[in-house]
Amino acid sequence: MSECLNYMAWGAKGWGDEFFFAFFMTLKISFIAYVISFGMGLVFALFKLSNSRGLRGVAGCYTTVVRALPEMLMILILYFAVAGMAEKAMVSMGLVGSDFQFSPFWTAVIALAFVSGAFMTEVIRAGLLAVPRGGIEAAWAIGMSGPQVFTRVVMPQMMRHALSGLGNLWLGITKDSAIVSILGAFGELLQTGYRAAAATKEYGFFYGLTALFFLLITILSLVALYWMEKRLNRGQA
Amino acid sequence: MNEFALNIINCLPDLLAATPLTLLLTLVAGVTGLVMGTFLALARLSGQPLLSWPAAAFMFVVRGTPLLVQLYLIYYGLGQYMGHSWVRHSFLWPYMRQGLTFALFAYSMNQAAYNAEVLRGAIQSISKGQIEAAEAIGMSGFQILWRVRLPLAFGNCLPVLTSDLIILLKSTALASTVTILELMGTARVIQRQSLQVYEPLIACGLVYFVVVVTLTSIMRPLEKRLTRFRKG
Repeated sequence: MSECLNYMAWGAKGWGDEFFFAFFMTLKISFIAYVISFGMGLVFALFKLSNSRGLRGVAGCYTTVVRALPEMLMILILYFAVAGMAEKAMVSMGLVGSDFQFSPFWTAVIALAFVSGAFMTEVIRAGLLAVPRGGIEAAWAIGMSGPQVFTRVVMPQMMRHALSGLGNLWLGITKDSAIVSILGAFGELLQTGYRAAAATKEYGFFYGLTALFFLLITILSLVALYWMEKRLNRGQA
Repeated sequence: MNEFALNIINCLPDLLAATPLTLLLTLVAGVTGLVMGTFLALARLSGQPLLSWPAAAFMFVVRGTPLLVQLYLIYYGLGQYMGHSWVRHSFLWPYMRQGLTFALFAYSMNQAAYNAEVLRGAIQSISKGQIEAAEAIGMSGFQILWRVRLPLAFGNCLPVLTSDLIILLKSTALASTVTILELMGTARVIQRQSLQVYEPLIACGLVYFVVVVTLTSIMRPLEKRLTRFRKG
């Protein structure tokens, strides 16, 4: 037991500070990826509901392909193949210097967001469809502009319907962020756990600890979601 | 045909040879998970604190942590402790040394927790009238469970169980991180051997896509058949 406490010492001797910062790194990766994937989900959900057959096709392809492939494979493809090809293309077009590289951190985060965005599209699409048409027509009728209708009428109602799905996706993305540890050293939780376990040979302890930190994220998220649900449902019977 | 497409096609034989292992992982963990999940859900709803609390805690912890962490914890963690214990010298060791045993264990537990949560909701949502009717005609508790509650519950949540199975199939890709050469692992080996970065991954994606689409199209008629008594 005291041995384990020694492992968790702060500073150069123990892994306490590493895990502390890794906890926030995982939250940071998850949060940025979540925000990006929300944006992507919104755009592709609007594509799916648009009148243009081309846009519907693009969105349909995106959600079908991404949801049919394993998250890990998708992230590897985006991180190595797509980012690599994009770098080559940009170099050959002369847009950037020959030693140009995307930031690994942002590539990983965007890959994570791209995968989650496909699921987000479906959640937001269902949320948008649940908004009663009458309210939107009424908003048009009193002369609201398009953006106004969206931010004041559609969004608040959509959020209420989509919240449980959005919450599940948040919980999912915090857990999927562990896959990023395969790509490289971003200092998030699983990568830190891996390094600590390999250095000390205490695999059980450190992976158990990693799991506990992830569990902590889940518990905090559930509390926050409960609070948000109450707030978004205010004024409802 | 250009070189890129040829490279992709050249990856396919090895990947197809690895597909059965992916399916094996999915099938074994899927069936074990469903059986264990049913018991977990029943324990969770039993009303006995000694049963329901551990079941609830297990479900919460497994569903609240990443599968990849569970895989590492079981593969490296259990391996660390068992390597020094009696297991090391027992007949079990040859099996225990293999990543596959650990992976099957991890996936089964994970699937059990997710299935249990789905089944719990389904069992709870059965209308009281059905149970009362079964009691009224004199069925025993076990009969009610076996003939009324479980069939109704499974029928109600079949679509969710199916999509959970697809999710399981996709998550078997993570087993490649614990030395298992299923589809994903094989693709990464080809990557290393052929020094091609893109082609093996894209070929792997094609195979997964076909497998997932096939599995979905097998499960959909099955769903229909199992819920044929329902109208509308």
